[in-house]
Amino acid sequence: MVAQESHGHAAPQGFIRKYVFSLDHKVIGIQYYFLALTAVFVGIFLSLLMRIHLVWPGANLPLIGEIKPETYLALLTMHGTIMVFFVLTTAPQGGFGNYFLPIQIGAPDMAFPVLNMMSFWTTFLAYVVMLSAFFVVGGAPLHGWTGYAPMSALQSSGPGEGLGADLWITSIALFCIASLMGALNFITTTLDMRAKGMTLMRMPLTCWSWFITAILGLLAFGVLLSAGILLLMDRNMGTSFFLPLGTINGVLTGHKGGSPLLWQHLFWFFGHPEVYIAILPGMGVASQVLSTFARKPIFGYKAMVYAMLAIGLLGFMVWGHHMFMSGMSPYTAFAFSVMTMAIGVPSAIKTFNWLGTLWGARIRFQSPMLFAIGFVSLFVSGGLSGPFLAQPVLDIQLHDTYFVPAHFHLIMGVAAIFGIFAATYYWFPKMFGRLMSESLARWHFWFSFIGTYAIFMPMHYLGMAGHPRRYSSLGEVAYLRPLMPLQKFITYAAIITIAGQLIFLWNFFSSMRSGKKATDNPWEATTLEWTTATPPPHDNFGGHTPVVHNGPYEYGVPGAARDYVMQTDPATVAAH
Amino acid sequence: MGLVLLCVIWLITLASTYFFVAKTWWLPAGASAAAAGIDHQFAVTFWIMGIVFVAAQMALGYLVYKYRDGAHAGHSDYSHGNTKLEIIWTTLTVILFVGLNLIGSPIWAAERFRPAVDDATRVEVTGMQFAWYFRYPGPDGKFGATRPELEDPSSGGEAALGLDSKDPASKDDIVTGIMEVPVNREVEVILRAHDVIHSFFVPQMRFKQDAVPGLAIHMHFTPTETGSYEIACAELCGLGHYKMHGILKVVTQNEFDQWIKEHEADKQ
Repeated sequence: MVAQESHGHAAPQGFIRKYVFSLDHKVIGIQYYFLALTAVFVGIFLSLLMRIHLVWPGANLPLIGEIKPETYLALLTMHGTIMVFFVLTTAPQGGFGNYFLPIQIGAPDMAFPVLNMMSFWTTFLAYVVMLSAFFVVGGAPLHGWTGYAPMSALQSSGPGEGLGADLWITSIALFCIASLMGALNFITTTLDMRAKGMTLMRMPLTCWSWFITAILGLLAFGVLLSAGILLLMDRNMGTSFFLPLGTINGVLTGHKGGSPLLWQHLFWFFGHPEVYIAILPGMGVASQVLSTFARKPIFGYKAMVYAMLAIGLLGFMVWGHHMFMSGMSPYTAFAFSVMTMAIGVPSAIKTFNWLGTLWGARIRFQSPMLFAIGFVSLFVSGGLSGPFLAQPVLDIQLHDTYFVPAHFHLIMGVAAIFGIFAATYYWFPKMFGRLMSESLARWHFWFSFIGTYAIFMPMHYLGMAGHPRRYSSLGEVAYLRPLMPLQKFITYAAIITIAGQLIFLWNFFSSMRSGKKATDNPWEATTLEWTTATPPPHDNFGGHTPVVHNGPYEYGVPGAARDYVMQTDPATVAAH
Repeated sequence: MGLVLLCVIWLITLASTYFFVAKTWWLPAGASAAAAGIDHQFAVTFWIMGIVFVAAQMALGYLVYKYRDGAHAGHSDYSHGNTKLEIIWTTLTVILFVGLNLIGSPIWAAERFRPAVDDATRVEVTGMQFAWYFRYPGPDGKFGATRPELEDPSSGGEAALGLDSKDPASKDDIVTGIMEVPVNREVEVILRAHDVIHSFFVPQMRFKQDAVPGLAIHMHFTPTETGSYEIACAELCGLGHYKMHGILKVVTQNEFDQWIKEHEADKQ
């Protein structure tokens, strides 16, 4: 393992170097987390406006006024983009990964602290550029988070497709650069910086999930970056990568020879692995938390690792399942469909193993555990609509209907968010030295869990009835009008669920200031972050490097002094 | 806490399942030859996934209740897993998922692998922000040339498509704002788009296909019941996406012939 000196850097004293341009992975992790926390509330607010507009189209909202069809699409685009990039990619990996990967493997910091700092600030810049799209002439783009060409490649295809769209693409390109830097850092850190005794197969599953996510990021974000640059060139420099001969409202676009499907191929080659970038860390956290609070070793540790590797690998071979109706050759659909179904297998293995972990357990229902159980439930619900959408023949009916948002919101949206919540409640004491309120956390859980199902389960029904997604109004198409009561129900559920998130916000900030002081190991957990002080010192372990003797999930160990054996405890556990 | 979780998880599962099983909201009744096969595959998938869904959620609820901590609780099992079980459920899932896929594949092949039959009713469907236009080839059976530089959407009809009047084949082309086809005869759809991607979706026909600028996509479907059906655009195409709809009228062969004749007369 690499010597500590080459990575150790003295604790900075000035405010700027300590809290703003910090090299400390823990500070950077918290910076990422707060960025994602602001982003998630922006994203939630946008979805609230969308839900209100859908069911009360003429509503005159204070400060915002009446929402027009183009505004609705701008909200939709920005909601998706902000949530996918600045929440689901940022919080689990940039936030918790940054903070806890080095500590869980017994390293003093990330392998490249300066790169780490640059990665965060590039993400921050990308976020500012993204938000600025709201405030330029024409507003934010309308083309959805998938940015399908030609719509996204032509300035004249609608309001928001001018400067707003350029800013949107630029922001994503910056985000790609930041993620590439981050991915490189995570991979190197995992491979090179593990403490003595921390073999790969003794790493907590969280570390495995961050490691695999980083590999996916390294391979996927480069493609999106290239595609984004090509798109900018089509828009501003007269190239025609994605643009065939065509007109907008009778006016020739001046482009010819390009392929709109090329954009979809490039986008989804990134876009599908991105789904796993969002959910894998959640799987890692769920495994970690389930084992800790079940007081039982994780069921099938090796199977869990192999399943994540399989998901990562297969994730690169299924991008075409987003394109069954696109005009792509119908023969390829068969291959993409079989590969997609194959991903169901490792996903099912993980679910079985989580249930196996609960079997014969002794469950403590503290807040992280509630959200981990919620994660498993949502993962099952969101996952099982996958085999519908993986079949091209069913996509004839379901593609681009509400069935799709129902599916991906449950799994990569809310299940991933539950992973983030579980991680927040689990690690908050370590990060901020105080405990969050358990009773508020319970209220937050019930609002979120029941609310989520109330919002997204009915969307399946809308989809089956043939309700296309991304419609700003139900009024024009006659067969949609009878679905209004269901849409209203969803909006009410959304308002209540969103209100419930304020409980979290209150709990988070009031606990930061005045929560009960946390001990070093409040959950009686086994991994390395619980062996060090709360919060951890600048070099993580106060001048010494931990030596690891045990696997990560030794709970309920017969004959042990306590019901758990920490990873650094002398080797009393028989090899297994 | 374990009991509350059990109740909530079970209630959510049962309530969700109820609305599926009661078919409160369901696929609209099919009116095409493909509907039976697609609906059957949907039903098979629905029952298999539904059973897995209920079983997994029930098990989750039961386990968190049964193995809750407390005075009654025994020592937790010190088990790292069970390779035999892993192999069993992996194999079962492979068979289930891949098998499901294989069952559905012939239906997909029938819909998409072969071209339309020779005597199909041929209709060219063109999408543009935010309208659908339909073109029939007329008695000569040939579609006349269209040229992008002639497109004039504000004038509608033939001008919107940029029909080249100098091409003899274009003389008898019929351009309409609603799509009319005869029942029980295959329809060949040739999908085009002028500006951005649109998607031609008729739920009752179990038919959906994107219309992509630069491509002419040939597809087919066979309506089996007369009636009037709504076409909804299913690919985000701009601010008017929500109102880009049209009407598909399925009529008897006689009515269709009559309708075509009227349009041909109008052309004279």
